[in-house]
Amino acid sequence: MEPNLLKNINTPDSHRIDVYIKNGGYQALPAALKMQTDALIQMVKDSGLRGRGGAGFSTGLKWSFITKDPTIAKYLCCNADEGEPGTFKDRIIIEKDPHQLIEGMAVACYAIGAHAAYIYIRGEFDFGARRLEQAISEAHQKGYLGKNILGTNFNCDIYVHKGAGAYICGEETALIESIEGKRGQPRIKPPFPAQVGLFAKPTVINNVETLACITHIINKGPKWFASIGPEKSPGPKIVGVSGHVKKPGLYELPMETPLREVIFTHAGGIRDGRKFKAAIPGGVSAPMLTEKDLDTTMDFDGMAAKGTMLGSAGVIVMDDTTCIVKVAMRTMGFFRHESCGKCTPCREGTDWTYKVLHRIEHGQGKDGDVELLEKLCGNIFGRTFCPLGDGAVMALRGALKNFKEEFLYHVKNKRCMV
Amino acid sequence: MLSTQAIENIKKAIAKYPTKKSASMDALMIAQKECGHLTEDILLEIAHLLDMPPVQLNQVAAFYTMYNKRPVGKYHIQVCTNISCSLLDSEHIVQFFSKRLGIKKGETTSDKKFTLSEVECLGSCGTAPMMQINDDYYENLTEAKVEEILKTLK
Repeated sequence: MEPNLLKNINTPDSHRIDVYIKNGGYQALPAALKMQTDALIQMVKDSGLRGRGGAGFSTGLKWSFITKDPTIAKYLCCNADEGEPGTFKDRIIIEKDPHQLIEGMAVACYAIGAHAAYIYIRGEFDFGARRLEQAISEAHQKGYLGKNILGTNFNCDIYVHKGAGAYICGEETALIESIEGKRGQPRIKPPFPAQVGLFAKPTVINNVETLACITHIINKGPKWFASIGPEKSPGPKIVGVSGHVKKPGLYELPMETPLREVIFTHAGGIRDGRKFKAAIPGGVSAPMLTEKDLDTTMDFDGMAAKGTMLGSAGVIVMDDTTCIVKVAMRTMGFFRHESCGKCTPCREGTDWTYKVLHRIEHGQGKDGDVELLEKLCGNIFGRTFCPLGDGAVMALRGALKNFKEEFLYHVKNKRCMV
Repeated sequence: MLSTQAIENIKKAIAKYPTKKSASMDALMIAQKECGHLTEDILLEIAHLLDMPPVQLNQVAAFYTMYNKRPVGKYHIQVCTNISCSLLDSEHIVQFFSKRLGIKKGETTSDKKFTLSEVECLGSCGTAPMMQINDDYYENLTEAKVEEILKTLK
């Protein structure tokens, strides 16, 4: 498949507006501004685009929830928090092709009737934030942002909001709280952001890659988009591969590419002549898969059928020298650090499971510790405001389900079996 | 006291939002870039600029890990040790820094030049192991590469 989302990234100065325009950029926005907003939203619905942040919700449907009342202010937020370990796809769009995102955001704002949008970018992406500021300023100069865009009565401004190191701000309601200048702690839903979002106004929150798809849907048509990959989750998808592979990196592939092809063809297979052991398919929250699952396809439904998720499509590959107990301990250490502290099952549960995993990993595991972990999982899952606690449990359950004997061996023999 | 330039930058940040409070994160980072870390006096000054109760601003400063509540060295070395990096032995990179600089994780050298921290995923997993020093990313790290990088940090 010819790249779409990543087609410009190797062009020199791909981040500059002149280069973007020369490569066919800023054609979707004028086309969109000639359309009725209902038709534009229908077009995005027809494309079958599902959110690339991980949840996979229909983007067109999300846009359609926003009130048409012109007297009510509305907002678009672009989620560029990219914090899910194993995920590094949005950073490349931000740094190498920021206008692809900005054009998509201008179209989205027009569709939902928003005149202001915020890009919530994680604080560590300082270079990316500067690139975005520069791109926004270029777009203003050329009349693609600001007042009376391209001679229409549509006004739109985009602002960059920098986070400051909190994974939880990738959760949409925590992201809103953070832009409002508060601690990034999730809100209970309902009300959903489409009704009561940023500054208590109707708000759409879309991931960077989702918004980057928009210009392609307009330029090439919803049928083109829908024809790529499976009917229920079509489109091109950026897959990131990291860990024990020969060629880690980003690959733009059609949805439904088998995991085996991703790891062994695109990423070149396992390094140093070692054997494949397991892969986390969609960022650390996604339960790991093993050899028997390698033919699972990388799309929302294919992964869900195997009890895991496409998530952010950040594939982390582990070879046969990897200690799964150590991976589980490090993963739970991450969730423990990032739990916002609002819900007790998540705050206490991630800490407790980390402590149990730490003692198992360090040869101090006790009989019954594996059962204790399973019990703790049950007491976190589904009992929290937001999906952070669920993600932590899914990751741990994935490790326990596939490699229970490794945990038991650690407890019994006080050392690792690999 | 914040400089006139910092106050000017904070006012520009306020203009991005319908509420002053939204500029708190930008303001904290602007102040940190100027002062190195956030003291109680600086927090009070920012709270005043944003018409925010100081306790609310303190909550924000305390919640996010990138705000330094204690002094850090001139170069803040932050090595990612999350899964993708740890699979490619980021622990070794941390130990190498530790040996080379004579400090443990979380410590600062006595000349106040380097602080060594272990951090969570920085979103650069395809080029693991990696780290951030102040605002810049350094990727595909090896001992030799770390030595070269240290030479450039005067």
